[in-house]
Amino acid sequence: MISLSDYLILSAIIFCIGLVGIFVNRTNIITLLMCVELILVAVNTNFIAFSYFLGNEAGQIFVFFILTVAAAEVAIGLAILTLLFRNKGSISVDVTNSLRG
Amino acid sequence: MTFDQILFYVFSFWFIASSLAMIFSRNAAKAVLFLILSFFSAASIWILLEAEFLAITLILVYVGAVMVLFLFVIKMLNIDKSTLRAKFAGYLPLGLVVAIIIVAEMALVLGSNQFGLEVIAAPARHAADYSNITVLAMQLYTDYVYPFELAAVLLLIAIIAAITLVHKNEGNRKSQNISEQVSVKAKDRVRLVSIVTPDKGGKS
Repeated sequence: MISLSDYLILSAIIFCIGLVGIFVNRTNIITLLMCVELILVAVNTNFIAFSYFLGNEAGQIFVFFILTVAAAEVAIGLAILTLLFRNKGSISVDVTNSLRG
Repeated sequence: MTFDQILFYVFSFWFIASSLAMIFSRNAAKAVLFLILSFFSAASIWILLEAEFLAITLILVYVGAVMVLFLFVIKMLNIDKSTLRAKFAGYLPLGLVVAIIIVAEMALVLGSNQFGLEVIAAPARHAADYSNITVLAMQLYTDYVYPFELAAVLLLIAIIAAITLVHKNEGNRKSQNISEQVSVKAKDRVRLVSIVTPDKGGKS
């Protein structure tokens, strides 16, 4: 049988892959958004694994809401991206330095 | 090794492999395709965890809508491929070190001593007539009905925000002038014409 720790370690690995993607990616913001999606899927896997092993469906409800929020985030993020490309002509991370951060 | 375990390791392998390919691929469109593969693997793992509704939702909503939206934006923006991966190697060693440390720490915390089968036993599989959607709906429309409506409002706000952000050329926008509409008189709109019909005279 598959234990809970297998699922948790799998989602930890996916979470870290998403994190590394955000670290190493200096080229376009679309890949950053995709890495955030990957991190959210890892977190959702955690929720569902605990929901299954503890026999409580509230975790799945929570995943439902996380999916909703992530869809809204992607819609607004891509809108901002389109706006950025229209104003700067590029979506590279290096170009978006107008806040001098 | 049982059949469940074989499935779990196959899906996990594709999940991890396609995620790695996603973050290291040079082409954004290819990255989206790899992300679709990893979402499919995630949905398969969720089905192993008996979350059928969420797995189908992940495929329908994410692969069907969100990833297609990503592909639309990538095709629409026409990203210059020559500038990609300029400073790729600069942050890679640090990122790898951080990620490996995080994975090692989490594997220590989440290992089989704390969350193994001896500590939390795997529950028995549900029977074939178990409906995951019914169970979720019973909770979603009773205990969680206010968060559900809040989620609906959130999606509405997202639609409005996305349209407002992207909408261009304000001069072309059609809008109502309420005061002009309210203060309109009937004589401005309706033109009464008296039509003189020629008198035939024969029937009277």
